[in-house]
Amino acid sequence: MARWLRDHPVESRLALVLALLCAALSVAAPSFLTFVNLTSLLNNSAVNVIWAVGLLVVLIAGGIDISFAVAASVVQYLAVFVFAAIGGGDWAIGFLVAMSLGMALGFVNAALIHTFNIVSIVVTIATFNAFFGLLMFLSSGRYLYNLPSWWTERIIIWERQGADGTWAELILPVAVMAAAILATWALIRHTTTGRQLYAFGDNPEGARRVGVSPGLMWFTAFGWMGAMAGIAGLMQVNITREVVPNALYGRELDVLAAVVLGGARLGGGRGSVLGCVLGVMLVAVTQNGLNLLGVSPYAFKMVVGAIILVAISTSNATFLPRRRRS
Amino acid sequence: MTAAIARLRATIGPEVLGLIAFLAVVLAVFGAISPRFLSAANFGSIAFQLPELGLLTLAMLVPIISGGLNLAIIYTANICGLTLAWVLKAHGGVDAGPAAFALGVVAALGVGATAGLVMGLVIAYSGAHPILVSLSMMIFLRGLGEFLTRGGDISGFPDFLAPIGHGLIAGVPVPLLIFGLAALAWHVMLSRTRHGFAVYMIGSNIEATRYSGVNVRRTLTLIYTLSGVMCAIAGILMLARFNSVRVGHGEALLLVTVLACFLGGVDPFGGFGRVLPVVVALVILQVLSSGLNLLGANQHLSTAVWGLFLIGVMAIRHLAGRLTRTGRD
Repeated sequence: MARWLRDHPVESRLALVLALLCAALSVAAPSFLTFVNLTSLLNNSAVNVIWAVGLLVVLIAGGIDISFAVAASVVQYLAVFVFAAIGGGDWAIGFLVAMSLGMALGFVNAALIHTFNIVSIVVTIATFNAFFGLLMFLSSGRYLYNLPSWWTERIIIWERQGADGTWAELILPVAVMAAAILATWALIRHTTTGRQLYAFGDNPEGARRVGVSPGLMWFTAFGWMGAMAGIAGLMQVNITREVVPNALYGRELDVLAAVVLGGARLGGGRGSVLGCVLGVMLVAVTQNGLNLLGVSPYAFKMVVGAIILVAISTSNATFLPRRRRS
Repeated sequence: MTAAIARLRATIGPEVLGLIAFLAVVLAVFGAISPRFLSAANFGSIAFQLPELGLLTLAMLVPIISGGLNLAIIYTANICGLTLAWVLKAHGGVDAGPAAFALGVVAALGVGATAGLVMGLVIAYSGAHPILVSLSMMIFLRGLGEFLTRGGDISGFPDFLAPIGHGLIAGVPVPLLIFGLAALAWHVMLSRTRHGFAVYMIGSNIEATRYSGVNVRRTLTLIYTLSGVMCAIAGILMLARFNSVRVGHGEALLLVTVLACFLGGVDPFGGFGRVLPVVVALVILQVLSSGLNLLGANQHLSTAVWGLFLIGVMAIRHLAGRLTRTGRD
């Protein structure tokens, strides 16, 4: 245990902060430590966590992705038409369609990065503009409500009635989130490709010389990110029951901040699934706590921004040359 | 004579010639399609629209050259506009005098500089990556602004502000004049001062710069402080142009400024990039947007075209680079 803590400084520090925060909140706000609140916290974080684990893979490979939230919107919109064309579909087809569409958009990024040797931030800012502009132009910003019933149906995977009669429930996106976490963990910790992603992110040229294919790495990382973006889009519709083309616009930078808070390094080669999930949850718990404490919702973002600023300035020293070996 | 041309070519640089050629093609194509395109009215509207994006791009440019990024520019500009609005409101709103405006401008510049200073200090002393520091500053400022305004608009300013946003001096739009002066100042700073030289050095190799005796921390702090000041100028201009302040105004321009910098040949890794090509890139983006607008497309299609255009330019640069390399071998 002590050894694990020493080997995982970012994760253990985050876990400690999160534990302290939860302890403080459960004293300050009695409604914090209830099944109803905790389950809604998980339900509301599911989409962000699915994106976050996808983005983690890209960051480990040494890239960055700005376009994923917009790509998720594109997938949602296209999926509506695909489902209409095949006459409804079901969950199995839904996952398949969302993953393939998302992966295809991810491959667009990977192909541009690899073929033309452009940095990922430039490519994804360009595709961010292209995806969003085309989506808004072609859809004219129209909302879609006429969705297949299986898609918008609320599926409860766990429920429990509290003493006061209110129901605490976990919905399908939470199960999908768990699957996404597990799959990403398996990919980066237990496959050769995963090890290669770390090596490639840490030292692209070195990895290439020992036989890692750069193209394969980019397509794996952005394909994974795209598939996760598609699934997150699918889940977000399941929660909100509508497709709004600009609903996800602007979420990408919040997710990026949370993932990097979780120890992933801009520049590649470092990051863990646990840290990534803890980073997203820390932000989510902070917002939830502020809400329960009766702080104005307008002040949430301000506090969250300040917390991330403090957290980042006390860790993650990666821009200036490192004087100590960490 | 040939020496003068060679000298001119060296100052302008090959990337500018390429971009100007691009611009000429764009102008010719739109001019051929739409008769209204090559008209004074159209260029007048371009001249009024360009400065807002231009000033924000200048604020983004220097951090990128130093190997960083300032994602907080839009909200810094909004908060500075808010500061000016607050000072004007405190001195009578519509009836506020020029003295109140001067005070408000000073306060806005101070707020912008402070936001930049905090980012610069955190980057310089904690060593955290600028993307993250400015990202959290962006989230913080957005929250602060929404908290202060409750997401609403603030409007009702004295009439003498209108010429700053809409006036002409000797036929030149005032916003364009402000942008021209700011671009000139940035050009002089980058090419003629010690600070400018240190910016390029840091962007190329921060470690070597430190060993060369450059005060890296002071330079980084100054880079972000000046970027904050430029945001304040943009914020003041936006207030004068729209006669209102809303937090989130210009949000969509954030990534467009990065796009303009890359289009203008700035190296995404830092170390290389000049003001002039970026200004030409800005003109191209604005011309594309207004041309598409005349053809009946909306802002969203322009956004998409900007994105595709950036990909196209980067791809052509890559292919051209490979051709010249193989030609030499």
